[in-house]
This record gives sequence, C-alpha cells and structure tokens, in this order.
Amino acid sequence: MENLDINEIGTKYFDVLKEIGNIGAGNATTALAQLMGSRVDMTVPQVKLMEFHELGTTMGGEDQVVAAVYLVVEGDINGSIMFMMSLEAVNALIKRLIGTEHVGETYSDMEVSAIKEMGNIITGAYLNSISTLTNLTIYPSVPDLAIDMAGSILSVPAAEFGVIGDKMLLIQTSFSNEIDFSGYFILVPDEGSYARILGSLGF
Amino acid sequence: MAENIKVGIADMNVVSPPDSITTIGLGSCVGIAIWDRMNKIAGLIHIMLPDSTQVKSNSNIAKFADTGIPELVRKMEAAGARRSNMIAKLAGGAQMFSFQNKSELLGIGDRNVAASQETLAKLGIPIVSMDVGSNCGRTVTLNPENGEYEVKTVGKDIKII
Repeated sequence: MENLDINEIGTKYFDVLKEIGNIGAGNATTALAQLMGSRVDMTVPQVKLMEFHELGTTMGGEDQVVAAVYLVVEGDINGSIMFMMSLEAVNALIKRLIGTEHVGETYSDMEVSAIKEMGNIITGAYLNSISTLTNLTIYPSVPDLAIDMAGSILSVPAAEFGVIGDKMLLIQTSFSNEIDFSGYFILVPDEGSYARILGSLGF
Repeated sequence: MAENIKVGIADMNVVSPPDSITTIGLGSCVGIAIWDRMNKIAGLIHIMLPDSTQVKSNSNIAKFADTGIPELVRKMEAAGARRSNMIAKLAGGAQMFSFQNKSELLGIGDRNVAASQETLAKLGIPIVSMDVGSNCGRTVTLNPENGEYEVKTVGKDIKII
C-alpha cells in the first residue's frame, strides 16, 4: 500500500480505525479495572477526525488545564501515543491509587509517578491490542507527563499530524465506575505506519 | 466595541485599535506578533511547523513559518501597514514533553523558533523581544495601540514583552 494522505485515510478507512480504537479502548478499560481493583465500565468510543481549528472544542477549551501522558513508539509502527484527561479525573484516580486527597496546584513526585504509571498501563493495553490485531511489533518508550493548557498539549500531536495533513484523529472514551471520567487517545503513526497498519489488516 | 480577535492553530489575522488579537495555548507552536508602530496595525500568526518544503501536505500556508510569515506581512501591508515600521515579537516554541526529541520531530519547538527568526530576517523585520522555549504552554495577546505582547502561562505571573 502506498503512503496515504490523512484525509483520505480518515474517510476511506474510518470504520477500520474506529474498530481499532474500540478494541484498544476496551483493552485499556480492562487494564484500568485491574489497576483500580474494581469494575470499570466503558462507553463506545467516539472516533473523531478533527480539523486543527476545531481542537479547542475538546476538553472544554484550549486554555483548560489538562493532564496528558505521552509515549514515543518504535518498531513496525513508529510515532507516538498520548492519553489526555481532565484534572478532576486525575485527582480522582490519585485518590483511588494512593489513597490521599490531592491538594494545591502542583503535584508531588509520588502523584506524578502514579499518573504516569496509569497512563503507561492504559496506553500499553491500547497498543497491545493493536499489536495483536495487526501482528506488528510496537515498542513504547517510558511515559512522560505534562499538565498544562489543552491547546499547548494538543499542539504536540497536531504538529506530528501536521506533517501528513490538516486533520487529527482523536478517540474519546468514557470510563465509569465509582468515578466517571472521559479521556482522549491520540495515536500518531507516521506516514508509512498508517499504511502498514491497514496493510496488515488486508486493506 | 473593542473585540479580542482569536487566531486558531495554523491561522493568522490582522487588527487595528480598539481591537486586540490573541491566540490560546501555544505549545511547540510559535505565535509571531508583528506590529507597525506608526499605523498601529497588528498581525498575529500561530505556526505549527518550520518548513513547508519538507512536507507534502502544505496547502495551508499559515501552518508554516516560511510561508505564513510573508503572507501575514502581505496582509498587513494590504491593510495599510509599512514594512519599514514593522517590529516582531515571538512567543512559544516550548518542548511540552521532555523526551519529545526522541521522535522524528527533533526539538520541533526550537526549530519553529529558528525558522521564524530566519524568515523575519529575510523580510528585514527586527525581532525586539522573545519569550520562547522551556516546557510550558503560553496564551498571548497583542495590543495594536502600544505593541504590548502579553504572555500568560499556567501557574505563573503574566509577562509583557
């Protein structure tokens, strides 16, 4: 398969990408449930192909402060994966994982480490399911965390998508159990990797 | 009524008083503010990538420093600004994640800043101040009345550059 434009990929293979997103998020939900030691429900993920100028509408505006865990991936698929969520979600997860309430504006080393680990587990489960489905190897890096304005965080994958088009693929998943929260997965395979994912699935 | 005109990602606009112009959440992107101090005309562009010639999908010229900045200058001139009166201020170009340079887009923030400086030098527009780099997102507002470029970061004081 030749290299494709993101707009073309988005329209032609939208259902395929949606299904990959579905399976990935499903796996991530199982991982999250194991981590929390309780049942976690998930809604059907929403796959959105968004124009850059629409990105501000996600997560309640460009200046909304959010948390994002980011990993670089290498192997048969090269690129990056990010999981972004609201600070309310982060605080609720911290309480659940560490057992103490988060206070103040800055996060302690312990809290940062817990958020990174959670992001690591969720994105790892997501990548695992893609790897199993496509039979392609994916090696994720260690996770990194940024807590900042949604616009500035989204500019990172946007710049990566910007190389191949003017749109960005976001997968929104809502999780619920004792706490409800929704997060965004943003997988950015490079040009050749998109073709390899679709090719391995017989397209 | 004075309005604060919003510039999106990979977008640009030109204003004059009493309006001001803003862009929210610059990460690795750079917000290039250009101001004609005599005619009080202000332009702002939010670029994402340094170089349009490296990229196949380059139809949106506002996405790149090398094509977007000359277009902004042209728009400002069409609105009555003069090149010889123009000065520039830069903000953004952060590295939001510490190991981001492991990826193919090696230090994209730094490269965006460098390409902006190079393009402005070619156009003969001096850069009078900058707030670039680091690992924080920035929201900027340019006032065409006095050329003040306000930079907001999360958890820090507002800076005027």
